[in-house]
Amino acid sequence: MIKVEDVVKEYRTRSGPVRVLDRVNLTVRPGQQLGILGRNGAGKSTIVRLISGTELPTSGTVRRTMSVSWPLAFGGAFQGTLTGYDNLRFICRVYGVDPADRIAFVEDFSELGIYLREPVKTYSSGMRARLAFAISMTVDFDCYLIDEVIAVGDARFHEKCMIELFEKRADRAKVIVSHDPHYIRAHCHSAAVLAGGRLTSFDDVDQAFEFYG
Amino acid sequence: MADIAEPTWRESLAIQRRVILALLMREVLTRFGRHNIGFMWLFVEPMLFTLGVTALWTATKSVHGSDLPIVAFAITGYSSVLLWRNMPGRCIDAIEPNRSLLFHRNVRVIDLYWARLLLEGAGATISLIALSLLFIATGQMRPPEDVLQVIGGWFMLAWFGVGLAMFLGAASERWETVHKLWHPLSYLLFPLSGAAFLLSVMPPEAQAVLTWLPMIHGVEYLREGFFGSQITAIHDLGYMAVCNAVLTLLGLALIRIVSESVIPE
Repeated sequence: MIKVEDVVKEYRTRSGPVRVLDRVNLTVRPGQQLGILGRNGAGKSTIVRLISGTELPTSGTVRRTMSVSWPLAFGGAFQGTLTGYDNLRFICRVYGVDPADRIAFVEDFSELGIYLREPVKTYSSGMRARLAFAISMTVDFDCYLIDEVIAVGDARFHEKCMIELFEKRADRAKVIVSHDPHYIRAHCHSAAVLAGGRLTSFDDVDQAFEFYG
Repeated sequence: MADIAEPTWRESLAIQRRVILALLMREVLTRFGRHNIGFMWLFVEPMLFTLGVTALWTATKSVHGSDLPIVAFAITGYSSVLLWRNMPGRCIDAIEPNRSLLFHRNVRVIDLYWARLLLEGAGATISLIALSLLFIATGQMRPPEDVLQVIGGWFMLAWFGVGLAMFLGAASERWETVHKLWHPLSYLLFPLSGAAFLLSVMPPEAQAVLTWLPMIHGVEYLREGFFGSQITAIHDLGYMAVCNAVLTLLGLALIRIVSESVIPE
């Protein structure tokens, strides 16, 4: 279970504090597939970062009683000057997983071959996404936070990610953030809409779409 | 595994140890790489520094106001400078290159500092031990009279370095000027830090001013451990401990403030 209670997040800007999230409440149950819809800049990534614990709320609490992944996003989570292999080892060390068991999976899944020995900063964005996704599948989480990461890569890679995430890990909770209603509809049972700093939850995806407009 | 809510104190400690170790390995790889002597640069670099300074002081027959051999004097003095100067140097602006790693919940700002501090401390310590052994073996230096006191002095200097580094590191996130001021300040503090002279040979007026500098007490104490009866050391470890504690406390408080607002890449 993840419980987000009365969370406020403000950022300091040159024009004073900006409230991105305003008393947001959210519950994620084990196995739930929850979509969060929102326009660009609505605070989708912010809420995912708060759920993961990457950032701390200005006020309010986030409680987790299941293991939660880091935000599987386009950028972030990796060190550009390290090689693909070294990033894998780093993440295994941080999460207490033996890298020896995971190397074969990452090699196979990312299809990066010799490039795993090169610094990540030399990768193309597609290669980075492949590495990011492969590494994030090496740690077993109860809940995966997905911030647009699957939107990149070609159709075949996309397909592989879908199988890995939604078939092999169908029983795991997922929080998927997107501005694309089709994507949310295809993968989520319930949805919430983020607008004007407020989050409105719906048990039914269609209601969420109606609200989202 | 990723953490489950409310881990016990022991579990938290295990997580933090794991994270610091991971960061330490990452630091070693990005700083020293896998080329030529690799991680050995950790202590070879400070050793080269110390050797260079020792050679310079020997060549110019630096006046330090005692009968001590210049080699022994330079090694004890310059090694301690490495501690309090390099630790802050590595912690200032340390968040930026690690920002993307903060994506992982258990990687916190303080862990970034600990990893760098441990590495810097280890480098300086190995360098001191290796050089001392080298010069003791070749007869240029006598073994320390009181090894425990040397360890005590070294510990106090390392603590001073850690406190100063945490304070300046976190402060540099809030105020960019810290970065710019530390360079001239550390440069100016070096000749005043006691690395290049014994406090007892200074005129009383100078002593009164110099004893305000916390690191001078550590260096004097360390040298007393090394040379014992050969020198007159002046130190007040109580004063140094208070300075260290205040710096550490301020540093921890600032780190806490900074980590609440840090935004991962």
